[in-house]
Amino acid sequence: MTENERTTPIRVLIAKPGLDGHDRGAKVLARGLRDEGFEVIYTGLRQTPEMIADAAEQEDVDVIGMSILSGAHMTLLPRVAELCRERGMDDVLIAAGGIIPDADVTKLKAIGIGEVFGPGTSIGQIARYFREHARRSA
Amino acid sequence: MTDLVPLLAGAVAGERRALARLLTAIEGGADGVRELIPSLFAASRGAHLVGITGPPGSGKSTLVNALATVWRRRGRRVGILAVDPSSPFTGGAIMGDRIRMMEHAGDLDVFVRSMASRGELGGLAGTTWIAAAVLDAAGYDPVVVETVGAGQSEVEIARLAETTVVVEVPEMGDEVQAIKAGLLEVADVIVVNKGDRPGAELAARQLRAMLSSVGGRITRQPPAILTTTALDGAGVDALADAIDAHRAAARAPDQAMQRARNQLRRAAAEIGVRAATAHPEWEELVEAVAERRVDPVTAAERLVGLRS
Repeated sequence: MTENERTTPIRVLIAKPGLDGHDRGAKVLARGLRDEGFEVIYTGLRQTPEMIADAAEQEDVDVIGMSILSGAHMTLLPRVAELCRERGMDDVLIAAGGIIPDADVTKLKAIGIGEVFGPGTSIGQIARYFREHARRSA
Repeated sequence: MTDLVPLLAGAVAGERRALARLLTAIEGGADGVRELIPSLFAASRGAHLVGITGPPGSGKSTLVNALATVWRRRGRRVGILAVDPSSPFTGGAIMGDRIRMMEHAGDLDVFVRSMASRGELGGLAGTTWIAAAVLDAAGYDPVVVETVGAGQSEVEIARLAETTVVVEVPEMGDEVQAIKAGLLEVADVIVVNKGDRPGAELAARQLRAMLSSVGGRITRQPPAILTTTALDGAGVDALADAIDAHRAAARAPDQAMQRARNQLRRAAAEIGVRAATAHPEWEELVEAVAERRVDPVTAAERLVGLRS
């Protein structure tokens, strides 16, 4: 099924893994995605990978978007991807945003993070990426 | 078409992923939902259906979180449907109720699902009642439905829920606000939340003074009126007691008849609209109404077969 045939909004979980308290970006993105027609579930700050996977499972989201600025991305993001796989959520698109060095981006993509958005990314770019890569039909 | 029968079987057997996917199918109006409804109805385990409503920012989500803590302590498995509004312009939504409920993340006996209202007015989504039936069948009891932030007239929740809790805050207004028709009238339990703020006890007293007697054509019991501070849990045990105590009253035959009447009315209205819009003469009659050759009431009667 292509994006145009989909009749229900794409559901996106926006989460802040780990301990950094900077959630302005996550909130701006949540708002922007709302205006792009997505249903956004925002979980708030200081989430463990288990909490994020739990929420994604209960909410049956199409996309998990994680905003991380603490530098702990190589610990937290692979763990979320692993938990999703363990629970059979292979079809959930996982993306990240924040301050993440290029060398790590390559490694993250290799373990199942679909895309990593750095500073300067527009909301339109992210929305387009989610529409094109959210694999589930409804 | 997704076969929903195995998903229902999985949900009933306690598989959370099956439950989550079934809720998505129901929300999206997937093919097969219609066929599933009889088995869903039969699979009910008799959960207490509790509605929580009140103005935006009154603390509904925080209170639901605190109630879930109390119910978990009492050995209950809690299912929560948290409804937030969809944008009338883009259809998008931001659902933030989980932020207040993170305390229960990792507890397998609390299931929280956010629902966007998807164009429905009245504080719920059109499919909320089916989603609540699924949580019941999956063994959650109580099933709590938290509405969109409500004003004075979003009373749809009272037609769905067995026990309706209306959350107010101090400074809600004077006695006249308390006796206006609408939301406060449908409450089985009224909570003045943010009880640590000045004026909380005064607000509760005013509500009690104005609402503790009912008469005229109203046959229901006057609401219980309580004060809570959801953030630290003060008063929440008593609130859970009041909700649990109302369960029996809600199941008295006259109340059950009233709910059945509402459910049927709602279903009939939906089916009527669907039948009318699917009628082969729909477009023709739309045109006739636009050109004022026929009035909309006569056209509608023809569409549902009341007039030829």
